[in-house]
Amino acid sequence: MSKRNPLSLEIDRRTLLKALSLGLAGTALPLDRSDASFWEAFLQKHFREMNEEEIRSVIKRLESEYREKYRKGIEISNEKAIPGVLFGYGLDLSRCIGCRRCVYACVEENNQSLDPQIHWITVLRFKKGDKWVDLENSEKYYNPPQVPEKDYFYMPVQCQQCENPPCVKACPTQATWKEPDGIVVIDYNWCIGCRYCMAACPYGARRFNWGEPKRPPERLNPKTHYLGNRPRYRGVVEKCTFCIQRTRKGRYPACVEACPVGARKFGNLLDPESEIRYAIQHKRVFRLKEDLNTYPKFYYFFAYGR
Amino acid sequence: MGVDILKRFKRAWLIIPLALFLMYLTSNPVHADQDLKKFLVPPPPFTPGIFPCSQCHKDMPVNRKPRRLEMMHQEINLRHMPGGWCFDCHNPDDRDRLRLANGTLIPFEESYNLCGQCHGTILREWKAGLHGKRTGYWNGEKQYLLCVHCHWPHEPAFKPLTPMPPPVRPSDIR
Repeated sequence: MSKRNPLSLEIDRRTLLKALSLGLAGTALPLDRSDASFWEAFLQKHFREMNEEEIRSVIKRLESEYREKYRKGIEISNEKAIPGVLFGYGLDLSRCIGCRRCVYACVEENNQSLDPQIHWITVLRFKKGDKWVDLENSEKYYNPPQVPEKDYFYMPVQCQQCENPPCVKACPTQATWKEPDGIVVIDYNWCIGCRYCMAACPYGARRFNWGEPKRPPERLNPKTHYLGNRPRYRGVVEKCTFCIQRTRKGRYPACVEACPVGARKFGNLLDPESEIRYAIQHKRVFRLKEDLNTYPKFYYFFAYGR
Repeated sequence: MGVDILKRFKRAWLIIPLALFLMYLTSNPVHADQDLKKFLVPPPPFTPGIFPCSQCHKDMPVNRKPRRLEMMHQEINLRHMPGGWCFDCHNPDDRDRLRLANGTLIPFEESYNLCGQCHGTILREWKAGLHGKRTGYWNGEKQYLLCVHCHWPHEPAFKPLTPMPPPVRPSDIR
């Protein structure tokens, strides 16, 4: 029994497939878009395969895109890692009072979306004497009138900048990688939003832009870095970069400068005179989930007993 | 007779270097390195208009008796150490400077050396950059804070703060 084509058109299989595939390709790529910017973005190479000139032209394109979107000049830097520097971070748990000043200083510095809300730092609260390395069952919505609370202590968690980062291994497009100064970065133009890295991260440090990130232009920090705090897109992953736009210029991260109790320490792990080396040498430090062999460069310690 | 004098001189030669060495030891017993390194600190957090102290204290007689203050500084509720009194740190004869236990006068900008007399381990860590907040440059000029910027010296315990709002719960997103 032969099937009759309802339109009684004799089309062979090959012609049909050709036409269909061309048609589909046509709908997927908007050929009518005449702006060069779209095609440049579409054909952009991987960040680490681009030469200086190519990076400059990409940055120029992004700056004009952002200017159009936010009606504000945004400067995107491509500051390279300083040779002989490996960044390390220290956090004194005996001093942290859980005030969340760091969380909001980070949001303002790094242009996180306000709605949907994205925080790169999560402050966890634990009861003294309770099982506390169990991060999944900790309290992060605590909201007392005053901190510190009696019988509680606090532990801020953010990207641990692992030397052996599981997120980097999980990324199918190599949109995230470890820089020579130890910072794990993301290229938001290469991230496809599969969130494998989020599943791979044992610290829950990565955040996903579920919606169009919203941030009023007047609250946009115009000093940005390509691999850091430049405005993000819907459907990309972001996380702490040790304030790459500040630290590569020698400044401290925003959270370090915001902490009212001075619990946050930052410096070069390769410099024996740095604060972080002093902490590692003189205090009892530990790193989160060391047994996973991720080698975080984020050291927690207790500077004094209380 | 002459031999006696010679013997005495011999003893004196022994005593002079010993005395000099003792003088050197006692001259600066708190921290031998305190004059070597200066730390970049912002001006001390004085109540506006209160400094220099000499603007009022210059012509006032000094009353060394511990008492309840009634004319001025009543707001100071000294809760630092039991039995403490103004002149443990303030200098009665020149109010614009502070006085270490050994009598050395220091400006208010170097008050960390005064605090370090008792809190020596903290001072050591403050100098190393571990205690207290640092701003500025991790590989260059670091801005320190004086102890008194965070710890009001008359009641030094760190004051509780109001926390910033917690993150939005997934259940509250609509």
